[in-house]
Amino acid sequence: MTVHDLAVSYGAKPALHNVDLSIHRNCITAIIGPSGCGKSTFLTCLNRMTDLVPGCHVTGRVEMDQTDITNGTVNLIALRRRVGMIFQKPNPLPLSIRKNLTFPLKQHGLRRRSERDAEAEIALRRVGLWEEVKDRLNAPASGLSGGQQQRLCIARALALDPKVLLMDEPCSALDPIASGVVEDLIASLRGKYTVVVVTHNLAQARRIADDVVMFWVRDGAGTVVESGRAQQVFESPGSEITAAYLRGERG
Amino acid sequence: MMLPTGQWSDRVMALVVWAIALMVVGVFFWIVADLVRHGVEHLSWQFLTDSPRDAGRAGGIGPILVSTLLILAVCLAVSVPIGLATAILLAEFARADGWLGRSIRRSLDVLAGVPSIVFGLFGNALFSIYLGMGFSILSGGLTLACMVLPLLIRSAEEGLLAVPDDYRKAGAALGLSRSAMLWRILLPAATPGLVVGLILSTSRALAETAALLFTSGYVDRMPESLFDSGRSLSIHIYDLAMNVPGGEGRAYATAIVLLGLLITINILTFWIADRWLGGRITR
Repeated sequence: MTVHDLAVSYGAKPALHNVDLSIHRNCITAIIGPSGCGKSTFLTCLNRMTDLVPGCHVTGRVEMDQTDITNGTVNLIALRRRVGMIFQKPNPLPLSIRKNLTFPLKQHGLRRRSERDAEAEIALRRVGLWEEVKDRLNAPASGLSGGQQQRLCIARALALDPKVLLMDEPCSALDPIASGVVEDLIASLRGKYTVVVVTHNLAQARRIADDVVMFWVRDGAGTVVESGRAQQVFESPGSEITAAYLRGERG
Repeated sequence: MMLPTGQWSDRVMALVVWAIALMVVGVFFWIVADLVRHGVEHLSWQFLTDSPRDAGRAGGIGPILVSTLLILAVCLAVSVPIGLATAILLAEFARADGWLGRSIRRSLDVLAGVPSIVFGLFGNALFSIYLGMGFSILSGGLTLACMVLPLLIRSAEEGLLAVPDDYRKAGAALGLSRSAMLWRILLPAATPGLVVGLILSTSRALAETAALLFTSGYVDRMPESLFDSGRSLSIHIYDLAMNVPGGEGRAYATAIVLLGLLITINILTFWIADRWLGGRITR
Protein backbone atom coordinates (compact mmCIF):
# COMPACT_ATOMS: atom_id res chain seq x y z
CA MET A 1 0.00 0.00 0.00
CA THR A 2 1.48 3.35 -1.01
CA VAL A 3 0.41 6.86 -0.16
CA HIS A 4 1.33 9.78 -2.44
CA ASP A 5 1.11 13.43 -1.50
CA LEU A 6 -1.92 12.91 0.71
CA ALA A 7 -3.55 16.00 2.21
CA VAL A 8 -6.70 16.24 4.34
CA SER A 9 -8.57 19.28 5.54
CA TYR A 10 -11.67 19.72 7.67
CA GLY A 11 -13.43 22.71 6.13
CA ALA A 12 -10.73 25.36 5.83
CA LYS A 13 -8.54 23.79 8.53
CA PRO A 14 -5.73 21.58 7.22
CA ALA A 15 -5.14 18.37 9.18
CA LEU A 16 -2.55 16.56 7.09
CA HIS A 17 -0.29 17.51 4.18
CA ASN A 18 2.56 16.14 2.08
CA VAL A 19 2.16 12.59 3.36
CA ASP A 20 4.18 10.08 1.33
CA LEU A 21 4.51 6.60 2.69
CA SER A 22 4.81 2.92 1.81
CA ILE A 23 3.15 0.38 4.03
CA HIS A 24 4.55 -3.13 3.73
CA ARG A 25 2.30 -6.07 3.16
CA ASN A 26 1.72 -8.40 6.12
CA CYS A 27 3.81 -6.27 8.46
CA ILE A 28 2.78 -4.34 11.54
CA THR A 29 3.26 -0.63 11.02
CA ALA A 30 3.03 1.53 14.14
CA ILE A 31 2.13 5.18 13.76
CA ILE A 32 3.50 7.29 16.60
CA GLY A 33 3.52 10.97 17.40
CA PRO A 34 1.93 13.45 19.79
CA SER A 35 -1.81 14.16 20.01
CA GLY A 36 -3.37 16.23 17.26
CA CYS A 37 -0.79 15.51 14.58
CA GLY A 38 -3.21 13.70 12.26
CA LYS A 39 -2.46 10.05 13.08
CA SER A 40 -6.12 9.04 13.36
CA THR A 41 -7.05 11.18 10.37
CA PHE A 42 -4.41 9.37 8.34
CA LEU A 43 -5.83 6.02 9.40
CA THR A 44 -9.36 6.97 8.34
CA CYS A 45 -8.09 7.85 4.85
CA LEU A 46 -7.10 4.22 4.35
CA ASN A 47 -10.69 2.94 4.53
CA ARG A 48 -12.45 6.14 3.47
CA MET A 49 -14.11 6.67 6.84
CA THR A 50 -13.25 10.29 6.03
CA ASP A 51 -16.41 10.23 3.89
CA LEU A 52 -18.49 10.20 7.07
CA VAL A 53 -17.08 13.49 8.30
CA PRO A 54 -18.95 16.51 6.90
CA GLY A 55 -16.62 19.02 5.28
CA CYS A 56 -13.67 16.63 5.16
CA HIS A 57 -11.67 17.01 1.98
CA VAL A 58 -8.99 14.55 0.83
CA THR A 59 -6.47 15.02 -2.01
CA GLY A 60 -3.61 12.84 -3.17
CA ARG A 61 -3.53 9.11 -3.80
CA VAL A 62 -3.74 5.99 -1.67
CA GLU A 63 -2.92 2.95 -3.77
CA MET A 64 -3.90 -0.50 -2.69
CA ASP A 65 -3.28 -3.36 -5.11
CA GLN A 66 -2.79 -0.89 -7.98
CA THR A 67 -6.08 0.95 -7.41
CA ASP A 68 -6.42 4.44 -6.04
CA ILE A 69 -8.96 4.11 -3.21
CA THR A 70 -9.49 7.86 -2.88
CA ASN A 71 -11.19 7.67 -6.27
CA GLY A 72 -14.94 8.40 -6.03
CA THR A 73 -15.84 5.30 -8.03
CA VAL A 74 -14.40 2.83 -5.52
CA ASN A 75 -16.97 0.44 -4.05
CA LEU A 76 -16.90 1.45 -0.39
CA ILE A 77 -18.58 -1.70 0.87
CA ALA A 78 -15.97 -3.87 -0.84
CA LEU A 79 -13.16 -1.58 0.30
CA ARG A 80 -14.22 -1.71 3.93
CA ARG A 81 -14.55 -5.43 3.77
CA ARG A 82 -10.93 -5.57 2.57
CA VAL A 83 -9.74 -2.97 5.09
CA GLY A 84 -11.09 -3.61 8.57
CA MET A 85 -10.96 -1.10 11.39
CA ILE A 86 -10.70 -1.33 15.18
CA PHE A 87 -11.51 1.73 17.26
CA GLN A 88 -10.12 3.07 20.49
CA LYS A 89 -13.33 2.38 22.38
CA PRO A 90 -14.62 -1.15 21.74
CA ASN A 91 -17.85 -0.75 19.78
CA PRO A 92 -19.78 -4.00 19.61
CA LEU A 93 -23.22 -3.62 18.04
CA PRO A 94 -26.20 -3.92 20.43
CA LEU A 95 -26.64 -7.57 19.51
CA SER A 96 -25.71 -10.91 21.01
CA ILE A 97 -22.09 -12.07 20.91
CA ARG A 98 -22.94 -14.47 18.08
CA LYS A 99 -24.88 -11.91 16.05
CA ASN A 100 -22.07 -9.38 16.28
CA LEU A 101 -20.15 -11.80 14.09
CA THR A 102 -22.90 -13.35 11.99
CA PHE A 103 -24.85 -10.17 11.16
CA PRO A 104 -22.02 -8.60 9.10
CA LEU A 105 -21.33 -11.99 7.47
CA LYS A 106 -24.99 -12.27 6.49
CA GLN A 107 -24.99 -8.74 5.09
CA HIS A 108 -21.94 -9.63 3.02
CA GLY A 109 -23.81 -12.49 1.40
CA LEU A 110 -23.09 -15.58 3.49
CA ARG A 111 -26.57 -17.08 3.23
CA ARG A 112 -26.35 -20.29 5.22
CA ARG A 113 -26.65 -20.05 8.95
CA SER A 114 -24.40 -23.05 9.54
CA GLU A 115 -21.61 -21.43 7.51
CA ARG A 116 -21.99 -18.18 9.40
CA ASP A 117 -21.85 -19.96 12.74
CA ALA A 118 -18.75 -21.86 11.64
CA GLU A 119 -17.03 -18.63 10.53
CA ALA A 120 -17.98 -17.02 13.84
CA GLU A 121 -16.40 -19.86 15.78
CA ILE A 122 -13.19 -19.69 13.73
CA ALA A 123 -12.94 -15.94 14.32
CA LEU A 124 -13.62 -16.29 18.05
CA ARG A 125 -10.98 -19.02 18.35
CA ARG A 126 -8.58 -16.82 16.39
CA VAL A 127 -8.81 -14.08 19.04
CA GLY A 128 -8.82 -16.52 21.95
CA LEU A 129 -12.36 -15.70 22.99
CA TRP A 130 -14.09 -18.98 22.11
CA GLU A 131 -13.46 -20.77 25.38
CA GLU A 132 -14.60 -17.71 27.33
CA VAL A 133 -17.90 -17.17 25.52
CA LYS A 134 -18.91 -20.47 23.91
CA ASP A 135 -21.57 -21.10 26.56
CA ARG A 136 -23.16 -17.67 26.25
CA LEU A 137 -23.07 -16.86 22.55
CA ASN A 138 -26.62 -15.53 22.73
CA ALA A 139 -25.90 -13.16 25.61
CA PRO A 140 -25.57 -9.43 24.88
CA ALA A 141 -22.09 -8.44 23.72
CA SER A 142 -22.32 -5.40 25.97
CA GLY A 143 -22.04 -7.73 28.96
CA LEU A 144 -18.45 -8.65 28.10
CA SER A 145 -15.50 -6.90 29.75
CA GLY A 146 -13.71 -4.13 27.85
CA GLY A 147 -10.87 -6.37 26.75
CA GLN A 148 -13.25 -9.11 25.65
CA GLN A 149 -15.31 -6.56 23.72
CA GLN A 150 -12.20 -5.33 21.94
CA ARG A 151 -11.22 -8.89 21.02
CA LEU A 152 -14.80 -9.45 19.81
CA CYS A 153 -14.45 -6.38 17.59
CA ILE A 154 -11.17 -7.75 16.21
CA ALA A 155 -12.86 -11.14 15.63
CA ARG A 156 -15.71 -9.36 13.86
CA ALA A 157 -13.26 -7.64 11.54
CA LEU A 158 -11.28 -10.87 10.95
CA ALA A 159 -14.44 -12.82 10.12
CA LEU A 160 -14.83 -10.71 6.98
CA ASP A 161 -11.38 -11.93 5.84
CA PRO A 162 -9.73 -8.52 5.35
CA LYS A 163 -6.27 -7.91 3.90
CA VAL A 164 -5.57 -4.84 6.02
CA LEU A 165 -6.50 -4.00 9.62
CA LEU A 166 -6.46 -0.43 10.85
CA MET A 167 -6.31 0.04 14.61
CA ASP A 168 -6.77 3.38 16.31
CA GLU A 169 -5.17 3.08 19.76
CA PRO A 170 -6.83 -0.31 20.30
CA CYS A 171 -5.46 -0.77 23.82
CA SER A 172 -5.70 2.69 25.30
CA ALA A 173 -9.19 2.22 26.77
CA LEU A 174 -8.28 -1.11 28.40
CA ASP A 175 -6.75 -2.09 31.73
CA PRO A 176 -3.11 -3.27 31.66
CA ILE A 177 -3.92 -7.00 31.68
CA ALA A 178 -6.55 -6.78 28.94
CA SER A 179 -4.22 -4.46 27.06
CA GLY A 180 -1.50 -7.11 27.18
CA VAL A 181 -3.84 -9.78 25.85
CA VAL A 182 -4.97 -7.59 22.95
CA GLU A 183 -1.38 -6.61 22.22
CA ASP A 184 -0.33 -10.27 21.99
CA LEU A 185 -3.27 -10.84 19.67
CA ILE A 186 -2.16 -7.99 17.41
CA ALA A 187 1.39 -9.36 17.36
CA SER A 188 0.00 -12.76 16.31
CA LEU A 189 -1.57 -11.19 13.20
CA ARG A 190 1.88 -10.47 11.78
CA GLY A 191 2.54 -12.23 8.51
CA LYS A 192 -1.13 -12.80 7.73
CA TYR A 193 -2.55 -9.30 7.69
CA THR A 194 -1.20 -5.84 6.99
CA VAL A 195 -1.72 -4.08 10.31
CA VAL A 196 -1.53 -0.31 10.76
CA VAL A 197 -1.77 0.63 14.42
CA VAL A 198 -1.86 4.12 15.88
CA THR A 199 -0.43 4.16 19.38
CA HIS A 200 0.64 6.58 22.07
CA ASN A 201 2.40 3.80 23.86
CA LEU A 202 6.02 3.83 22.65
CA ALA A 203 6.90 0.70 24.58
CA GLN A 204 4.07 -1.10 22.80
CA ALA A 205 5.23 0.18 19.42
CA ARG A 206 8.72 -1.08 20.26
CA ARG A 207 7.36 -4.52 21.17
CA ILE A 208 5.09 -5.18 18.23
CA ALA A 209 6.05 -3.00 15.25
CA ASP A 210 8.01 -4.04 12.18
CA ASP A 211 7.89 -0.53 10.76
CA VAL A 212 7.43 2.79 12.53
CA VAL A 213 6.07 6.03 11.13
CA MET A 214 6.55 9.23 13.06
CA PHE A 215 3.97 12.02 12.60
CA TRP A 216 4.53 15.61 13.66
CA VAL A 217 2.88 18.97 13.08
CA ARG A 218 4.79 21.05 10.56
CA ASP A 219 3.54 24.30 8.95
CA GLY A 220 0.16 24.01 10.68
CA ALA A 221 -0.72 20.43 9.72
CA GLY A 222 0.42 16.90 10.42
CA THR A 223 2.95 15.17 8.24
CA VAL A 224 5.41 12.27 8.28
CA VAL A 225 8.82 13.25 9.62
CA GLU A 226 10.35 9.82 9.60
CA SER A 227 9.52 6.25 8.66
CA GLY A 228 11.50 3.05 8.53
CA ARG A 229 12.22 -0.29 10.16
CA ALA A 230 11.28 -0.20 13.82
CA GLN A 231 14.72 -1.12 15.09
CA GLN A 232 16.36 1.56 13.01
CA VAL A 233 13.91 4.31 14.00
CA PHE A 234 14.12 3.46 17.68
CA GLU A 235 17.88 2.97 17.86
CA SER A 236 19.19 5.57 15.47
CA PRO A 237 16.41 7.97 14.49
CA GLY A 238 17.29 10.03 11.45
CA SER A 239 15.27 13.03 12.51
CA GLU A 240 16.07 15.25 15.47
CA ILE A 241 12.30 15.54 16.22
CA THR A 242 11.90 11.77 16.40
CA ALA A 243 14.96 11.46 18.63
CA ALA A 244 13.61 14.14 20.99
CA TYR A 245 10.14 12.56 21.00
CA LEU A 246 11.54 9.10 21.76
CA ARG A 247 13.67 10.50 24.58
CA GLY A 248 10.51 12.10 25.99
CA GLU A 249 11.81 15.62 25.53
CA ARG A 250 9.18 16.75 23.06
CA GLY A 251 5.54 15.97 22.23
CA MET B 1 -31.89 18.89 66.60
CA MET B 2 -29.58 21.48 65.12
CA LEU B 3 -28.46 20.98 61.56
CA PRO B 4 -26.09 23.07 59.46
CA THR B 5 -27.97 25.48 57.19
CA GLY B 6 -26.92 23.56 54.08
CA GLN B 7 -28.71 20.47 55.32
CA TRP B 8 -31.87 22.43 56.14
CA SER B 9 -32.05 23.88 52.67
CA ASP B 10 -31.58 20.37 51.25
CA ARG B 11 -34.49 19.12 53.34
CA VAL B 12 -36.78 21.96 52.29
CA MET B 13 -35.80 21.35 48.69
CA ALA B 14 -36.58 17.63 48.94
CA LEU B 15 -39.94 18.41 50.57
CA VAL B 16 -40.90 20.90 47.84
CA VAL B 17 -39.92 18.49 45.07
CA TRP B 18 -41.94 15.70 46.64
CA ALA B 19 -44.94 17.95 47.21
CA ILE B 20 -44.96 19.10 43.60
CA ALA B 21 -44.61 15.56 42.30
CA LEU B 22 -47.50 14.43 44.51
CA MET B 23 -49.60 17.35 43.29
CA VAL B 24 -49.15 16.28 39.67
CA VAL B 25 -50.21 12.72 40.50
CA GLY B 26 -53.03 14.13 42.60
CA VAL B 27 -54.46 16.18 39.75
CA PHE B 28 -54.52 13.12 37.53
CA PHE B 29 -56.36 11.05 40.12
CA TRP B 30 -58.75 13.89 40.81
CA ILE B 31 -59.70 14.04 37.13
CA VAL B 32 -60.16 10.26 36.94
CA ALA B 33 -62.19 10.23 40.19
CA ASP B 34 -64.41 13.04 38.96
CA LEU B 35 -65.04 11.25 35.66
CA VAL B 36 -65.81 7.98 37.39
CA ARG B 37 -68.10 9.61 39.98
CA HIS B 38 -70.27 11.27 37.34
CA GLY B 39 -70.08 8.78 34.53
CA VAL B 40 -69.73 5.27 35.85
CA GLU B 41 -73.48 4.69 36.26
CA HIS B 42 -73.97 5.02 32.47
CA LEU B 43 -71.17 2.62 31.57
CA SER B 44 -72.17 -0.80 30.31
CA TRP B 45 -71.49 -3.12 27.41
CA GLN B 46 -74.67 -1.75 25.82
CA PHE B 47 -73.27 1.78 26.08
CA LEU B 48 -70.22 0.74 24.09
CA THR B 49 -72.19 -0.96 21.30
CA ASP B 50 -75.55 0.84 20.96
CA SER B 51 -76.24 3.79 18.70
CA PRO B 52 -76.96 7.12 20.39
CA ARG B 53 -80.64 8.09 20.64
CA ASP B 54 -82.31 11.40 21.46
CA ALA B 55 -79.16 13.40 20.55
CA GLY B 56 -77.09 11.22 22.84
CA ARG B 57 -79.22 11.49 25.98
CA ALA B 58 -80.01 7.79 25.61
CA GLY B 59 -78.40 4.82 23.86
CA GLY B 60 -74.66 4.38 23.54
CA ILE B 61 -71.60 5.36 21.55
CA GLY B 62 -71.04 2.35 19.24
CA PRO B 63 -70.82 4.24 15.92
CA ILE B 64 -68.77 6.99 17.57
CA LEU B 65 -66.23 4.52 18.86
CA VAL B 66 -65.95 3.01 15.37
CA SER B 67 -65.57 6.43 13.71
CA THR B 68 -62.91 7.43 16.22
CA LEU B 69 -60.85 4.31 15.58
CA LEU B 70 -61.21 4.75 11.81
CA ILE B 71 -60.09 8.38 11.97
CA LEU B 72 -57.12 7.35 14.09
CA ALA B 73 -56.25 4.52 11.69
CA VAL B 74 -56.28 6.87 8.68
CA CYS B 75 -54.20 9.39 10.62
CA LEU B 76 -51.54 6.86 11.65
CA ALA B 77 -51.48 5.02 8.31
CA VAL B 78 -50.52 8.29 6.64
CA SER B 79 -48.42 9.99 9.30
CA VAL B 80 -46.25 7.08 10.51
CA PRO B 81 -44.56 6.26 7.16
CA ILE B 82 -44.10 9.93 6.24
CA GLY B 83 -42.98 10.82 9.75
CA LEU B 84 -40.48 7.98 9.99
CA ALA B 85 -39.04 8.73 6.55
CA THR B 86 -38.62 12.42 7.39
CA ALA B 87 -37.03 11.64 10.76
CA ILE B 88 -34.57 9.27 9.07
CA LEU B 89 -33.73 11.92 6.49
CA LEU B 90 -33.17 14.53 9.19
CA ALA B 91 -31.18 12.36 11.59
CA GLU B 92 -29.16 10.19 9.22
CA PHE B 93 -28.83 11.90 5.87
CA ALA B 94 -29.28 15.66 6.10
CA ARG B 95 -26.29 17.55 7.46
CA ALA B 96 -27.24 19.20 10.72
CA ASP B 97 -26.13 22.60 9.51
CA GLY B 98 -27.29 22.18 5.90
CA TRP B 99 -30.11 24.30 4.52
CA LEU B 100 -32.37 21.27 3.95
CA GLY B 101 -32.29 20.06 7.55
CA ARG B 102 -32.52 23.57 8.90
CA SER B 103 -35.52 24.55 6.81
CA ILE B 104 -37.38 21.29 7.52
CA ARG B 105 -36.80 21.63 11.27
CA ARG B 106 -37.83 25.29 11.26
CA SER B 107 -41.09 24.52 9.41
CA LEU B 108 -41.85 21.63 11.75
CA ASP B 109 -41.39 23.78 14.83
CA VAL B 110 -43.75 26.39 13.41
CA LEU B 111 -46.29 23.70 12.44
CA ALA B 112 -46.14 22.20 15.94
CA GLY B 113 -47.25 25.54 17.36
CA VAL B 114 -50.17 26.11 14.99
CA PRO B 115 -53.54 25.92 16.84
CA SER B 116 -55.60 22.91 15.90
CA ILE B 117 -58.53 24.99 14.71
CA VAL B 118 -56.26 26.40 11.99
CA PHE B 119 -55.47 22.84 10.93
CA GLY B 120 -59.23 22.27 10.87
CA LEU B 121 -59.82 25.18 8.51
CA PHE B 122 -56.88 24.08 6.35
CA GLY B 123 -58.18 20.51 6.22
CA ASN B 124 -61.64 21.76 5.37
CA ALA B 125 -60.32 23.90 2.53
CA LEU B 126 -57.89 21.29 1.12
CA PHE B 127 -59.38 17.85 1.76
CA SER B 128 -63.12 18.55 2.13
CA ILE B 129 -63.61 21.20 -0.54
CA TYR B 130 -60.65 21.32 -2.95
CA LEU B 131 -60.06 17.56 -3.12
CA GLY B 132 -63.79 16.88 -2.87
CA MET B 133 -63.71 14.49 0.11
CA GLY B 134 -66.46 16.42 1.86
CA PHE B 135 -67.10 15.89 5.55
CA SER B 136 -65.60 12.44 5.89
CA ILE B 137 -63.50 10.21 8.08
CA LEU B 138 -60.83 10.40 5.37
CA SER B 139 -60.70 14.23 5.52
CA GLY B 140 -60.58 14.11 9.31
CA GLY B 141 -57.84 11.48 9.45
CA LEU B 142 -55.71 13.29 6.87
CA THR B 143 -56.09 16.59 8.72
CA LEU B 144 -55.03 14.94 11.96
CA ALA B 145 -52.07 13.40 10.14
CA CYS B 146 -50.88 16.89 9.15
CA MET B 147 -51.33 17.98 12.73
CA VAL B 148 -49.39 15.16 14.42
CA LEU B 149 -46.55 14.97 11.88
CA PRO B 150 -44.35 17.58 13.60
CA LEU B 151 -44.65 15.75 16.94
CA LEU B 152 -43.97 12.38 15.40
CA ILE B 153 -41.00 13.55 13.33
CA ARG B 154 -39.23 15.48 16.05
CA SER B 155 -39.51 12.71 18.65
CA ALA B 156 -38.42 10.03 16.17
CA GLU B 157 -35.51 12.26 15.16
CA GLU B 158 -34.53 12.74 18.80
CA GLY B 159 -34.72 8.97 19.25
CA LEU B 160 -32.36 8.38 16.33
CA LEU B 161 -29.95 11.09 17.44
CA ALA B 162 -29.78 9.47 20.87
CA VAL B 163 -28.36 6.28 19.31
CA PRO B 164 -24.58 6.27 19.93
CA ASP B 165 -22.44 7.17 16.93
CA ASP B 166 -20.25 4.17 17.78
CA TYR B 167 -22.81 1.92 16.09
CA ARG B 168 -22.74 3.96 12.89
CA LYS B 169 -18.94 3.91 12.86
CA ALA B 170 -18.86 0.17 13.51
CA GLY B 171 -21.35 -0.41 10.71
CA ALA B 172 -19.45 1.76 8.24
CA ALA B 173 -16.11 0.15 9.10
CA LEU B 174 -17.64 -3.31 8.56
CA GLY B 175 -18.91 -2.28 5.14
CA LEU B 176 -22.57 -2.69 6.11
CA SER B 177 -25.09 -0.94 3.92
CA ARG B 178 -26.86 2.02 5.43
CA SER B 179 -30.25 0.43 4.95
CA ALA B 180 -29.20 -2.72 6.83
CA MET B 181 -27.80 -0.60 9.65
CA LEU B 182 -30.98 1.46 9.75
CA TRP B 183 -33.43 -1.43 9.89
CA ARG B 184 -31.45 -3.82 12.02
CA ILE B 185 -29.59 -1.55 14.43
CA LEU B 186 -30.45 2.15 14.41
CA LEU B 187 -34.26 2.03 14.34
CA PRO B 188 -34.46 -0.74 16.96
CA ALA B 189 -32.05 1.22 19.15
CA ALA B 190 -34.23 4.30 18.67
CA THR B 191 -37.41 2.48 19.78
CA PRO B 192 -37.87 4.57 22.95
CA GLY B 193 -38.02 7.78 20.93
CA LEU B 194 -40.28 6.23 18.31
CA VAL B 195 -42.68 4.99 20.99
CA VAL B 196 -42.84 8.40 22.64
CA GLY B 197 -43.61 9.96 19.27
CA LEU B 198 -46.34 7.43 18.53
CA ILE B 199 -47.95 7.79 21.95
CA LEU B 200 -47.91 11.59 21.83
CA SER B 201 -49.36 11.50 18.33
CA THR B 202 -52.18 9.08 19.09
CA SER B 203 -53.00 10.98 22.26
CA ARG B 204 -53.15 14.27 20.42
CA ALA B 205 -55.22 12.77 17.60
CA LEU B 206 -57.68 11.12 19.99
CA ALA B 207 -58.08 14.30 22.00
CA GLU B 208 -58.66 16.50 18.98
CA THR B 209 -62.00 18.26 18.62
CA ALA B 210 -61.59 21.56 16.81
CA ALA B 211 -59.78 20.20 13.75
CA LEU B 212 -62.40 17.47 13.29
CA LEU B 213 -65.47 19.72 13.49
CA PHE B 214 -64.62 21.09 10.05
CA THR B 215 -63.40 17.91 8.44
CA SER B 216 -64.93 14.66 9.67
CA GLY B 217 -68.12 16.38 10.79
CA TYR B 218 -70.40 15.24 13.59
CA VAL B 219 -72.85 12.76 12.10
CA ASP B 220 -73.42 10.12 14.80
CA ARG B 221 -74.57 7.25 12.53
CA MET B 222 -72.47 4.16 11.94
CA PRO B 223 -70.06 5.02 9.05
CA GLU B 224 -70.30 2.73 6.04
CA SER B 225 -67.03 3.79 4.44
CA LEU B 226 -64.16 6.21 4.91
CA PHE B 227 -66.08 8.70 2.78
CA ASP B 228 -68.89 8.95 5.35
CA SER B 229 -68.92 11.61 7.98
CA GLY B 230 -68.20 10.28 11.46
CA ARG B 231 -68.25 11.77 14.92
CA SER B 232 -65.24 11.28 17.15
CA LEU B 233 -65.42 10.64 20.91
CA SER B 234 -64.06 14.08 21.72
CA ILE B 235 -66.67 15.82 19.54
CA HIS B 236 -69.35 13.69 21.15
CA ILE B 237 -68.21 14.82 24.59
CA TYR B 238 -68.15 18.44 23.46
CA ASP B 239 -71.62 18.15 21.93
CA LEU B 240 -73.19 16.42 24.94
CA ALA B 241 -71.63 18.82 27.41
CA MET B 242 -72.33 22.06 25.56
CA ASN B 243 -75.36 21.57 23.31
CA VAL B 244 -77.49 18.82 24.85
CA PRO B 245 -79.21 19.66 28.14
CA GLY B 246 -79.29 16.47 30.22
CA GLY B 247 -76.34 14.94 28.34
CA GLU B 248 -73.70 15.53 31.03
CA GLY B 249 -73.79 12.03 32.52
CA ARG B 250 -73.16 10.40 29.18
CA ALA B 251 -70.51 13.00 28.38
CA TYR B 252 -68.67 11.83 31.51
CA ALA B 253 -69.16 8.19 30.56
CA THR B 254 -67.79 8.90 27.06
CA ALA B 255 -64.81 10.64 28.61
CA ILE B 256 -64.08 7.52 30.68
CA VAL B 257 -64.15 5.45 27.49
CA LEU B 258 -61.83 7.93 25.76
CA LEU B 259 -59.40 7.82 28.66
CA GLY B 260 -59.52 4.02 28.75
CA LEU B 261 -58.91 3.87 25.00
CA LEU B 262 -55.94 6.20 25.35
CA ILE B 263 -54.36 4.13 28.10
CA THR B 264 -54.97 0.87 26.24
CA ILE B 265 -53.44 2.22 23.04
CA ASN B 266 -50.41 3.57 24.94
CA ILE B 267 -49.75 0.23 26.58
CA LEU B 268 -50.26 -1.64 23.30
CA THR B 269 -47.96 0.72 21.40
CA PHE B 270 -45.24 0.26 23.96
CA TRP B 271 -45.62 -3.50 24.01
CA ILE B 272 -45.73 -3.97 20.24
CA ALA B 273 -42.85 -1.60 19.51
CA ASP B 274 -40.72 -3.23 22.17
CA ARG B 275 -41.47 -6.71 20.89
CA TRP B 276 -41.22 -5.99 17.21
CA LEU B 277 -38.39 -3.45 16.97
CA GLY B 278 -36.65 -3.54 20.33
CA GLY B 279 -36.46 -7.33 20.22
CA ARG B 280 -34.01 -7.15 17.35
CA ILE B 281 -31.24 -5.80 19.52
CA THR B 282 -29.95 -6.30 23.02
CA ARG B 283 -29.67 -3.51 25.53
